[in-house]
Amino acid sequence: MQFESWQAFIEMGGYGFYVWLAFGVSFLAMGLLVVQGLRARSKLEREFVQEQQRQQRLARRQQEVS
Amino acid sequence: MWRWLHPYAKPETVYHLLGRWLPWVTAGAVLILGGGLVWGLLFAPADYQQGDSYRIIFIHVPSAMFSMSIYVSLAVAAFIGRVWQLKMADWALAAIAPVGAVFTFIALFTGAVWGKPMWGTWWEWDARLTSQLILLFLYIGVLALYYAFSDNRTGAKAAGILAMVGVINIPIIRYSVEWWNTLHQGATLTVFERPPMANSMLFPLLTCILGFALLAAALIFQRMRTEILRQELRRPWVKNVLQVSPTTGEQR
Repeated sequence: MQFESWQAFIEMGGYGFYVWLAFGVSFLAMGLLVVQGLRARSKLEREFVQEQQRQQRLARRQQEVS
Repeated sequence: MWRWLHPYAKPETVYHLLGRWLPWVTAGAVLILGGGLVWGLLFAPADYQQGDSYRIIFIHVPSAMFSMSIYVSLAVAAFIGRVWQLKMADWALAAIAPVGAVFTFIALFTGAVWGKPMWGTWWEWDARLTSQLILLFLYIGVLALYYAFSDNRTGAKAAGILAMVGVINIPIIRYSVEWWNTLHQGATLTVFERPPMANSMLFPLLTCILGFALLAAALIFQRMRTEILRQELRRPWVKNVLQVSPTTGEQR
């Protein structure tokens, strides 16, 4: 362990602002990329299911008419 | 000779194969990158010149390295898509480019934040920094072209051509620190020489590099699966993957 206290770890020998800014923004960017990827997938699933249900409704209505 | 490869040209096979690998690659990325960053932040010694500011290296170097190798893989995918008309290689553009763009952004941002205390400036229009910025624009351009056409194949074609032309930028980034006088230092890690770095800093850095590689793979696999589904949406096999069973409402 290189740091004697929690405080020293946060301060990073006076470079705390730069180190944590770099790490923070990197994590944020990575996090957004992951979230966007997962949301694209669930959006695709949702739209697919809605389209399926719409077609089922259409088919049922046509049966009722005929 | 290449016959064993043929089943892997089937989107359905690739979708399921990536799905099998994804949890392992993700777990490996989280564990190894987490371990490497904790090692680098807490246990690696401070640099005798740069103090603790050098700890930015543990994200800066891996992200910069892979921003370039991801671009090469993008260009290779574009080349395969153009030459052999393999549609999945075209789709890979959409999976690879966003990941590469974010890696490039991270390399640029951490570099700027490291440059401020060490060089006294956030940004300098020198060869390394400028060529890396162009790399970010190339990634964005490839993505923009990919989605710019209502016909997917046209978009993939245009994006692929930009990706292939843009690969000229990779050697420029790589050798910019040797060809021009730049603020940026030369490469720390080279394949054939022992790096001039103490093991206590080198090993956590190598761990982070491995972690970033796995992270890139996990992100690309996940996006590739989504893109395969998006392109194959009208095929019967996708119905089996996405179908909601009418009784339980759960996805198979």
